[in-house]
Amino acid sequence: MTSRINTAFANARSEGRGILGVFVTAGDPDRQTSEAILDALVDSKVDIVELGMPFSDPMADGPAIQAASLRALKNGMTLAGTLELARGFRQRHPDTPLVLMGYYNPIYIYGVDRFLADASDAGVDGLIIVDLPPEEDDELCEPAAEAGLDFIRLVTPTSNEKRLPVVLGSASGFVYYVAITGITGTRSAAADTISAAYKRISAVTDLPVVTGFGIRTPGQAGEAASLSDGAIVGSAVVEIIADTIGADGNGTPETVSKIAAFVGDLADGVAAAKG
Amino acid sequence: MTDVNLNSLRNQPDERGRFGMHGGRFVAETLMPLILQVESSYRAATTDADFARELAYYQTHYVGRPSPLYFAERLTAHYGGAKLYLKRDELNHTGAHKINNVLGQALLAKRMGKTKIIAETGAGQHGVATATACALFDMECEVFMGEEDVRRQKPNVDRMRLLGAKVHPVTSGTGTLKDAMNEALRYWVANAETHFYIIGTVAGPHPYPQMVRDFQSVIGKEARQQIMDAEGRLPDTIVACIGGGSNAMGLFHPFLDDEDVTIYGVEAAGKGIPSGLHAASLTGGTPGVLHGNRTYLLQDDDGQIIDAHSISAGLDYPGIGPEHSWLHDMKRVNYVSATDEEALDAFQLCSRLEGIIPALEPSHALSFVGTIIGDMDKDEIVILNMCGRGDKDLGAVLPMLEERGKL
Ligand SMILES: Cc1ncc(COP(=O)(O)O)c(C=O)c1O
Repeated sequence: MTSRINTAFANARSEGRGILGVFVTAGDPDRQTSEAILDALVDSKVDIVELGMPFSDPMADGPAIQAASLRALKNGMTLAGTLELARGFRQRHPDTPLVLMGYYNPIYIYGVDRFLADASDAGVDGLIIVDLPPEEDDELCEPAAEAGLDFIRLVTPTSNEKRLPVVLGSASGFVYYVAITGITGTRSAAADTISAAYKRISAVTDLPVVTGFGIRTPGQAGEAASLSDGAIVGSAVVEIIADTIGADGNGTPETVSKIAAFVGDLADGVAAAKG
Repeated sequence: MTDVNLNSLRNQPDERGRFGMHGGRFVAETLMPLILQVESSYRAATTDADFARELAYYQTHYVGRPSPLYFAERLTAHYGGAKLYLKRDELNHTGAHKINNVLGQALLAKRMGKTKIIAETGAGQHGVATATACALFDMECEVFMGEEDVRRQKPNVDRMRLLGAKVHPVTSGTGTLKDAMNEALRYWVANAETHFYIIGTVAGPHPYPQMVRDFQSVIGKEARQQIMDAEGRLPDTIVACIGGGSNAMGLFHPFLDDEDVTIYGVEAAGKGIPSGLHAASLTGGTPGVLHGNRTYLLQDDDGQIIDAHSISAGLDYPGIGPEHSWLHDMKRVNYVSATDEEALDAFQLCSRLEGIIPALEPSHALSFVGTIIGDMDKDEIVILNMCGRGDKDLGAVLPMLEERGKL
C-alpha cells in the first residue's frame, strides 16, 4: 500500500512542483479554532500538515512557536487532545498526510506503546521528534517503524559527511532539512546553501528532502520547494494566530481567514516555482 | 593491573551515557555532532597528563585548592551529637564549587580551539565562575540567567558584567534556571559550530553529567584524604545540597563504594512538599526527558514540566542530574529535603556560631544535618559540603530575616 506521504510527493512531482508543508500547534489558540485552521490548510492546498504537540519547554523553537505551545497548553491542550484532533482531521480529510511534531517527554509520559497505537489508530502518518537523535532509536523510532509510522529525520547544516548516513539510516517518509543552524522562526537560508545541502543529502538517501526553518514568504517557499522536494512553513503561519486572537486568548474569525489567505499564497508560490 | 570491579557504583555511565535508565543524549540533531566531539575530546583529555597538570596548576594556584576540611566545633557543640566537619569549598576563588568544573571545561574548550563560551546560571555562581575563567583564558562569554534570578542575585550579575561577560536576562517561563537552560540550549543550537557550552551542573546530554562529576570529584577525593588525616577513618555520614547535583556528586562519588558511609542529598522543599511549591525532583517527581537526559522531573501527567520553587536560586530547578536519579533508584543515596524557612534558620545559625555565612544552597544541607546529628554518637563523623558562601544572598535574606523579627 502506498502511504499518504508517498502519494503526496508523487502528486506534486506529477505537477512538476515540490510539496508545501505547514506547521501549526495543536490547540493553538483554542481547540475549536485549531480544528478550523486545520481544515483551512487542506482547503488552501497544503500537501502535508504538521501538527505540533505542545510542550512546556520547546528547546529547538523560537519565540513564535514557544508562544504557540504556551497558548495551547493554557487553553487545556494535552497529548490526548492532540490525538483527538488528529482523529477528527483524518475523518474529515482522508488523503492529506498528517505528521505529528514535537518533543519526547509528553510521549514518554503517555507511554510509547499506547501513543503509537493511538496515533496509528487516529490516522497519523509520521512523527518528527526533535530531541530523539539516532543514538536513542530504541526509545521511539524502532517501535514507530513496527507500528507502521514514518519517523522523519531532521538533517541540519551541522550534519557532516560522517553523520549523514547515521541520521538517515533509520529515516522514513521524507527528510526534513533544517536550512539554518538555529531555532525555528529566526532567520532564512540562502539558495546556494539549500542546493548544496540537497545534493549532499540526496547522495545518501532516496527519500524526498524538504526544506524548513526560516521560510516566511510565498517567494521563499517557492524557491525552497524548487531547490529541494518541498518547503515547510511554521512560524510565519503561527504568528498570524498571535496577531489575530481576541482579548480572551481565543481565536477570531479573522484568525482562520487570514491563515487561509496566507497559506493560499504560499501554495501559489510553490506552484509557480516549478523546478 | 586494571581491576574492573563489576560491583562498583563508580564506573557509570555506560557508553550511551546511561546511568541505569537515566541519562542519555536527548538533543536536537544540530547539536549531536558537537556533543560527540565534546565526548571524544574529553576522553582524550582524561588520558593526557598535560591536561591533568594544567588543571591541577589552576586548581592550586588560582582557585586555592585543596579547600580545608574544617571541624565545626561550635555547631557540633550546639547539636550535641556527632562531630561535624565542613568541606570549605565556599573559600574557593569566586565563592563556590562551580569553579572546579568551569576550569576543567574551559581548558577542554581551549583544547578544542573554541574561544566563545555559553553558560546558564541560577544563583549566578556558575555564571561568575564561567565569566572568571573566560577573563583568565581570554574567551568571549555569554551567560543566560532568568530575570527573576537576575533580580534576586544582583551582586553576581554585577560581577559577571565587571568580568566582561554578557548577561542575557531570560523572560520565558518563571524566569529561573530551567528557562535559562532552555535559552542557553537555543543559543547553542544557533551557534553550534563556534561556541562551547559550559554546563554548570551534572545534567544535560552525555558526556556532561559524567564530565562535570569528574571535575567536581576533587571535592570528595580531598575530603577522603583529609578526614583520614584528621580522624584516621572514613566519615559515617556525608551530606550535600542538590540543585542539579554537581557539588553533591563531587563529594559523593569517591565514597560510593564505601558501604559504611551513609549518604544524604538534600533537595529544596520550598514552601513544603505538600504545597507543590518546591524543587524536590526525587522526592516529588517522576522520570521524564528534559534538557538532554532522562531523569526525575517535576511534571504533570501530560508530561509538561512544572516550575520549581525555592528561596535558593541555585536549587530552583525541576530536574536533577541523571546519576542522582540512578543512585536514588539503587537506594545508595538517601534523598531528603529542607524547606525555605528551615534553610533560613540554618543560614543564620551557621553565621552566628561559626562566623561562616553560608550560601542558601548549603544552608538546606545544614538544616537537614541538624535533624539527624543530635541523635548520632559523639564519636561519629559527619561531613557537610559547604559548597558556597552567602554574600550573594544577603540582598534576599536580610529583608526576610527582618520581616520575621530574627535580625
Ligand atoms: C553555592 C551553590 N550550591 C549549590 C548549587 C546548586 O548546584 P549543584 O546542585 O549543581 O551543586 C549552586 C548553584 O548555583 C550554588 O551556587
